[in-house]
Amino acid sequence: MSLFINQLINGVHVGSIYALIALGYTMVYGIIRLINFAHGDILMVGAYTVVVAIGTLGLSPLAAILISIVICTLFGILIEKIAYKPLRNSPKISSLITAIGVSMLLQNIALLVFTPTPKPYPVPLSVEPLNIGGIQVSFMTVLTFGVSIAIMLALQAFVTASKAGKSMRAVSEDVKAALLMGINTDNTITLTFAIGCALAGVGSALFCLAYPSVSPTMGSLPGVKAFIAAVLGGIGVIPGAMLGGFLLGIAESFTKAYISSQLSDAVVYGILIVVLLFKPSGLLGKSVREKV
Amino acid sequence: MLKVVDLEVYYGAIKALKGISFHVNKGEIVTLIGANGAGKTTTLNSISALVPIKSGSVSFMDIDLKTLPAYQRIYKGIAHVPEGRRVFSRMSVKENLEMGAYSRRDKGSLNRDAQRVYEHFPRLKERRNQLAGTLSGGEQQMLAIGRALMSNPTLIMMDEPSMGLAPILVSEIFQIIQDINKQGTTVLLVEQNAAMALSVADRGYVLETGNVVIEGTAKELSNNPEIKRAYLGTA
Repeated sequence: MSLFINQLINGVHVGSIYALIALGYTMVYGIIRLINFAHGDILMVGAYTVVVAIGTLGLSPLAAILISIVICTLFGILIEKIAYKPLRNSPKISSLITAIGVSMLLQNIALLVFTPTPKPYPVPLSVEPLNIGGIQVSFMTVLTFGVSIAIMLALQAFVTASKAGKSMRAVSEDVKAALLMGINTDNTITLTFAIGCALAGVGSALFCLAYPSVSPTMGSLPGVKAFIAAVLGGIGVIPGAMLGGFLLGIAESFTKAYISSQLSDAVVYGILIVVLLFKPSGLLGKSVREKV
Repeated sequence: MLKVVDLEVYYGAIKALKGISFHVNKGEIVTLIGANGAGKTTTLNSISALVPIKSGSVSFMDIDLKTLPAYQRIYKGIAHVPEGRRVFSRMSVKENLEMGAYSRRDKGSLNRDAQRVYEHFPRLKERRNQLAGTLSGGEQQMLAIGRALMSNPTLIMMDEPSMGLAPILVSEIFQIIQDINKQGTTVLLVEQNAAMALSVADRGYVLETGNVVIEGTAKELSNNPEIKRAYLGTA
């Protein structure tokens, strides 16, 4: 029983991180129907920013993490403006290939600048585990879960209630109609990238605190997992990304504990295939019905 | 108020508008009529900059619209009810009206304007919390018009408001178009239903394959034998 609860807690921990990263995929997809394959690499950008900020500039860990979130946001804005915006009216496949190109570019720049040797994430966090009702929970798990939930609730409130959030929903439904309303759709799309990448910046810090090794390709695997989480929950749907993230994290953690740690990725992909077979739009995805 | 001169628009190699010219005076209802593919929708879309203009000029209240980004046109007072309604189907009726008022800076009058829309369309008030995608076609058309009115436009352009609607709804919509006009909004109306359009319009232009072929007052056009034969189904 205690193994079960421990694995559930582990799953929620890693699932919160997947969910945060998945939000970026899902928001960008929702608004311009683009799978931003460079999204996972934003994690790496955030991680190296922290390495440099602490190792070279000697900043405090908290300052370093805050700066890394800002840098991730700026990267999101830059990537959108330089790589995707000029392709706005091109076929979708052009943007998709560009996204893969941006991912490779970021990884290779990191290889050149930081060498392939992994660096330790320089934020030591040793806090006594908390005891909740006889169950030991690490402080990091509580922090990760709390931060993720708070961010998701804030994001949901932003999208449903604020003017900018509503214009994001309008653009994601119909760019031309949004233009007719007077929405500067280019700015709205940039804002979406900025928010998505800021969340990836937060995800980066939480990920590195759990797996403190920084390397140029470190973003690939969590990026792919988060993408799967987004598709599993229903890409384009914000609560779907959260649900997908948690499900994926928990499934992964249980597979590692009860079946085999080598099979965990296979099980994750298996779940994805099964869900997509029965519900191609994902768990919370709505099948698009056009009224004419 | 609106002046279009020698407007040319291409879709790839195909010339959709071959240099059309027309104008709309303040307070008028002007209609563009013509068959499918005549270029009516393209004309409205190019005024809204949803399609790029190849040559010619479009000016509104002496402002050249050519360099103005699409999203800024509503700030100059031009609202567009697009073909196919294009309401935001995953948003509620109320939210759609809010999006219609996106360009407004005077937030205080929003409620009053929403009330005015609800007066025109009581059905929308009943359904204000319903998702727009669940409305009937007629209700969506009402919402699309209401959404455009929320910007308090000087000129409202409507693209086929009667399309796909039951006859009783068509007369209701045209009654509302006249009401809107009486309250001071200039109307540019694109319609395939030429008889209906000419019955409410002050003037009209007949488009054929990207050209204006006949123009005149609504009365002249209604009595023109050629138009009677080709568009009104009477002779």
